[in-house]
Amino acid sequence: MISSTMFASILPEILILVLAILIFIVEPFWKDEKRRNVGWLTAGGLLAAMILSFIFGQPGEPTATLGGMVRFDWLGFFFKMLFMFAGAATALLFMDNEKIGRRGEAYLLLLASLLGMNLMAASADLVMLYLAIETTSIPLYILSGFMLTDGKSTEAGFKYLLFGAMSSAIMLYGFSLVFGFTGTTSLYQLAGMLNAGSLSLTAAFGILALILVGLGFKVSIVPFHFWAPDVYEGAPTPISGFLSTASKAAGFAVLVRLFFVAFPGYAASWTLVLAILSAVTMTVGNLLTLQQTNIKRLLAYSSIAHAGYALIGVVALTQLGAASVIFYLAAYIATNLLAFGIVMAFSRVTGLEEIKDYAGLSRRSPWLGLMMLAAFLSLAGMPPFGGFVAKVFVFAAGVQAGYVWLVIVGIINSIIGVYYYLNVLKFVYLYRMPNEDEENHPVPLTRPYVIALAVLALGVILIGTVFAPWFGWSDAAALNLF
Amino acid sequence: MDFIATHLLSMILFFPALAAVVMLFLPKDENKLYRWFAFGASLVPFALSLYAWFNFRTVQTGFQFEESYPWYEAIGSSLHLGVDGLSLTMVLLTTLLTPLAILASFSITDRVKPYMMLFLFLETGMLGVFMALDLLIFFVFWEIGLVPMYFLINQWGSANRNYASLKFMIYTMGGSLGLLLAVQMLGVLFGTYDLLALYDRWNALEAGTVLLGMSVHTVKTIAFWAFVIAFAVKVPLWPFHTWLPDAHTEAPTAGSMILAGVLLKLGAYGFLRLILPLYPLEAKIFAGALAFLAVAAIVFGAFGSYAQTDFKRLVAYSSVNHMGFVVLGIAAAAFAVGTEDARIALNGAILQMFNHGLSAAGMFFLVGVIYERTHTRNLEEFGGLFPLVPVYGGILIFTSMASLGLPGLNGFISEFLVVRGSFGVGVNSVPVMAIYTAVAMLGLLFTGAYILKGIKKVLHGPLNEHWAHGEHKLTEINTREVIVMVPLMALILWIGLYPAWILDVINKAVVMLF
Amino acid sequence: MNFPVLSIITFTPMVAAVLILLMPAQRRNESRAVALMAATFALILSIWVYFSYDQAAAGYQFVEKYNWLPALGISLHFGVDGMSAPLVLLTGVVMFTGVLISWGDEDPHVKAGIQDRPREFFAFLFILASGVFGVFVSLDLFMLFFFYEIAVFPMYLLIAIWGWVVTREYAAMKLTLYLFVGSVVSLVGALVMYWMQYKNTGILSFDMLVMENAGFSQAFQNAWFLPVFFGFAVLGGIWPFHNWSPDGHVAAPTAVSMFHAGVLMKLGAFAALRVGIMLLPEGARHWSWLIMTFAAVAVVYGAYIAFVQTDMKYMIGFSSVSHMGLVMLGLSTLNSTGLTGAGVQMFSHGVMTALFFAVTGMIYDRAHTRMIPELGGMMKIMPFAGVGFIIGGLVSMGMPGFSGFVAEFPIFMGVWREQWLVAVIASISIVITAAYIMMNIRKVFFSELPEKLTGHVGDITVLDKVAIVTLCVLMIGIGLFPSLMVPMVQTGVENIIRLLGGA
Repeated sequence: MISSTMFASILPEILILVLAILIFIVEPFWKDEKRRNVGWLTAGGLLAAMILSFIFGQPGEPTATLGGMVRFDWLGFFFKMLFMFAGAATALLFMDNEKIGRRGEAYLLLLASLLGMNLMAASADLVMLYLAIETTSIPLYILSGFMLTDGKSTEAGFKYLLFGAMSSAIMLYGFSLVFGFTGTTSLYQLAGMLNAGSLSLTAAFGILALILVGLGFKVSIVPFHFWAPDVYEGAPTPISGFLSTASKAAGFAVLVRLFFVAFPGYAASWTLVLAILSAVTMTVGNLLTLQQTNIKRLLAYSSIAHAGYALIGVVALTQLGAASVIFYLAAYIATNLLAFGIVMAFSRVTGLEEIKDYAGLSRRSPWLGLMMLAAFLSLAGMPPFGGFVAKVFVFAAGVQAGYVWLVIVGIINSIIGVYYYLNVLKFVYLYRMPNEDEENHPVPLTRPYVIALAVLALGVILIGTVFAPWFGWSDAAALNLF
Repeated sequence: MDFIATHLLSMILFFPALAAVVMLFLPKDENKLYRWFAFGASLVPFALSLYAWFNFRTVQTGFQFEESYPWYEAIGSSLHLGVDGLSLTMVLLTTLLTPLAILASFSITDRVKPYMMLFLFLETGMLGVFMALDLLIFFVFWEIGLVPMYFLINQWGSANRNYASLKFMIYTMGGSLGLLLAVQMLGVLFGTYDLLALYDRWNALEAGTVLLGMSVHTVKTIAFWAFVIAFAVKVPLWPFHTWLPDAHTEAPTAGSMILAGVLLKLGAYGFLRLILPLYPLEAKIFAGALAFLAVAAIVFGAFGSYAQTDFKRLVAYSSVNHMGFVVLGIAAAAFAVGTEDARIALNGAILQMFNHGLSAAGMFFLVGVIYERTHTRNLEEFGGLFPLVPVYGGILIFTSMASLGLPGLNGFISEFLVVRGSFGVGVNSVPVMAIYTAVAMLGLLFTGAYILKGIKKVLHGPLNEHWAHGEHKLTEINTREVIVMVPLMALILWIGLYPAWILDVINKAVVMLF
Repeated sequence: MNFPVLSIITFTPMVAAVLILLMPAQRRNESRAVALMAATFALILSIWVYFSYDQAAAGYQFVEKYNWLPALGISLHFGVDGMSAPLVLLTGVVMFTGVLISWGDEDPHVKAGIQDRPREFFAFLFILASGVFGVFVSLDLFMLFFFYEIAVFPMYLLIAIWGWVVTREYAAMKLTLYLFVGSVVSLVGALVMYWMQYKNTGILSFDMLVMENAGFSQAFQNAWFLPVFFGFAVLGGIWPFHNWSPDGHVAAPTAVSMFHAGVLMKLGAFAALRVGIMLLPEGARHWSWLIMTFAAVAVVYGAYIAFVQTDMKYMIGFSSVSHMGLVMLGLSTLNSTGLTGAGVQMFSHGVMTALFFAVTGMIYDRAHTRMIPELGGMMKIMPFAGVGFIIGGLVSMGMPGFSGFVAEFPIFMGVWREQWLVAVIASISIVITAAYIMMNIRKVFFSELPEKLTGHVGDITVLDKVAIVTLCVLMIGIGLFPSLMVPMVQTGVENIIRLLGGA
């Protein structure tokens, strides 16, 4: 019963668990001022876990393990790698955050939610899926409200909790209906049963709608996006970054697997719905972003728009579509974490978060300015950064599937995007501080920031230039869906 | 020697330009060096063109000293050079006048280097037009010549130079626009710009052929007028002449010399080299119109000249008047292609071009001489200067007489030939051109009037005491200036007494043109 | 031919940009020196490419091909033909001269050139240059877009940061958005072509040499030619999508204006040719009348608007619209004469406007005004710049003996072949151009030096002079010896004509 494949299939999760336990043990022994080192431990541990999993835990042919609860394939594996990478980067970004950097439990919660995400990506069963989603969400609720003395943070935590609980309840309802109609919770069996026509179109549509509420909340597509800006603004910034990247990607992982594997038979009905949602999400996200003056809110709203772009790939419902979504998420994780990382590094020194406070940043810290350039241009979809290639792939998938109108909507939106991203860069590069004495106001970076930001920036550029391997993995992952 | 013989024309053509480039690298602030260098450089093409003149075989038809180099193969244009009697005369005129003009400019002290360089470039530009046997090359040099002239007027001219130079530029460029378009059209139609090929193929077009959706006749008529306007502006023909008095008046002395002596000939040369061979039929049809314009130029030029109080303007208008005769001769010849009358008229027209080159250059120079001393050109401020400057006075009278057409001097010969030729031209022994010629004679009368007026106002009458004493005392013409005038006067006299040497060459070309 | 010269040319500026960024900010002259070395290196290589291109063999040469993403048929496929080799050379020249004139003069009284953060300036400029090189040498549609976008975004920063304070934000944003809109419109077209090819032939490839044989139907070509062509042509400054361009020129710092007018606008025209006309030839035939009309309007309208400007940079900016209109006119003829002219005009105009903007920049840096009525007497102060500007002016008005004539003449001939009326109308621009160029030269260089400027305006630096001489030599050289460039362009044109199905 217990085979090496089974181990391999959850090797990353096991390693995360081991890491968590290790931290549990070690953390109390460290003095308060050294507690920050938990961050090194987490990041290093996650890196080690990634390497170990890569060596010992590579999937071969897709197999179902753990009694069909978990699917051991490239799709899950690649996502797991992404999540762990994002987790490691986030851990580094935690370290010099005053509020959470020296709190061991923050790192533990991070690991816990990472564990959940990994399982989300791999789960092949509705029950497992729901458990994974909750495992992911609950630590994040706590982390969002982590700064108890900060009104905004508690508001964020509470809001996230309420919305999250609500939407997951609705989703659970959807799951239960599925089970009720088909008698199975396995995603891979569902496909066959649903294709047999056991479900009326209306019923299928209703179920999908319910599930979509839950997932839509996770990936923050309109109209389930309300929580995002407030939570992103209020939560500790590293958490915002993590929420807007890894958590969103996890949502997409589920979305892709669920819709591609379980409901392909109802493609006609739901792709159109998704296409409309995608268009609305992009447009609303971008239009709302236009008015933001707070950098975190700007990133929050723009992350809504990005969910819209990524959805184009899902809409395409082709292998290229799936691959492009995955690629998009990879690029987006690196890019947005970089953006949040810079925001953190900046506000740690200055305590400011308004866009106008970034005036003169390129003179205060040229490197930070450059990295901000890379991050924002990548978000805007400019080469040689990851965002460009990702967008082109998504659009290519859209065109291939005949959704030219959706691609055009996407393009109009990315033009709006270029506008507001450049507007931020205008502050960074063009405007100056009131007294034009930038050299007296440097923005020093601590080592964890330097490492995290450098790695992320490099990642953004690598994804944007040497995109073949990344696409290869995305494609391998996408292949598992068909 | 072999190299010179085979590359004669290109050497004449490019030597001045090369010299100008070399001048760029001469040391700073050596005005004297620049002057002599430029003068020396301009003598070389003169010597070479004399060599060409004496090696030119008058008995041989066709173009001589031909050279051809690939230039713009993509559109079928090559640097095809060659001269016949007509162009050789003009080349000689150009290479003769340029050193004289440079010599005349020795009094320039402001920015000598660029001045001399521009002059040398100008010479290349003018020579190129006369030598070109490729329509595109013709146009290239036609336009290039504008630039140095523009800057000469604009930079070294007198008070109103900005206006005058821009007017000169825009008029000429605007005029050339039609030429440019017509050139392009010819190139597109035939895929070559070689003039000799164009002569054949353009004229060989069947009447019924449809070009660009129109009949050949229409296309040719439009192209004909496009050419005519371009050249008429340059000649200048009434009513396109208004740029000329301004440009002349504002140009520096040497600039006026070249402008009147050579540049105006470019227009007339265009008529002869391009319009008559390319559009014989159209030229014949519209000869009356051309003659009318020519006569108008003669008469209005003379009237205009008479009305001037500015000495230089007076001379400028006289150019309009004289060039009118050239066009009259051309029109008459076009009308009566192939007849003896036409030949005579054409001979006269070409000789008139050469003669006007000599006398107009001389006149402008003499105006410049007195202007440099008095800083005025207002005729009312002169008067009775003969006793003060007898040598100058003598030269002025001599040159003026040439301009007036006194028998024994060159002007008479050419104008007589033109009048004689065009008078006899007619249809069925009805002398159509006679009327025009008769009216032109009226103009000739006024030519006498304005020339005499000029002489009278300057040299005779009561002496203006202002110039007799003190710091304003008028000084006599100096040796350098006399040296400038001597060759001109010698030629004026020589042609007046013995025109055969030059008419032989010209006649050869005339015979060939038809 | 194993030496990967094209990739070296393309990535040299990029590598140099990184190197420059790694240098400490206060080593200003060192960053400049690195920039100059890199520019010189790229220039030498591009000259080498130009002259060792085998015209007899024609076709694409110096070809390099690396599979980049085989799954989607994306490859790093570089190569130059007779059309792009001159443009590579042009980019090399503009880059070289742009660095020279940006070096400037550190003297606080003069403060010419780029004195504010030269390190970042050169780095961004070089990223731009890399993008430009990349577009010219790319034979892969995806890579073409990739480099195209790389060329677009540094413009924003370069203009916004170092530009003219009054309009830079507005102009930079306008420019970037226009270009981005244009490029993504083309991108959609390109993606549609990509899938249509897959449908027709079963080949997944962005390689343009493969796409040539994709067998697009007439209806398809008619439908998609316009978005593809115009998307790119926006960057070529085609009327009526030109109005970002003069604003951009005016706001940009000197070297960027040079790049912008000199090279970037060619990028648009070139990409419109390579992707629009060469891949959708039937569509091009179908719509050529429209392009010809727009181009003719641009030629005359641009010249007229330039005529009424009082700001030198606006004047040159609109004259670029007019001249790029001639390029478009040449392209729209779809015959070999017109296309040859367009190819040469791209080069000629590039060099000429680069010179114009360089001189204007030199004047502005020293006189602190570009308004024509406020200037005067510059010939006495900076004779070198004056002569350069005059030569540029002569090129601009199509004076024979200069490259402008060599370029414009075949364009007009090509137009004659298709529609003589357009040639007649477009030729009006020649006189207008002559008028405004001459009036500008007269006022700025020859009239009296205004009192306000007396004393504090000095001559240009030696580096400036080197830049001016380089540019002038090219214009005169090609003007006198068209065979230096025309046969090269013709080899490229032959290929286009072949794709157009003879003619």
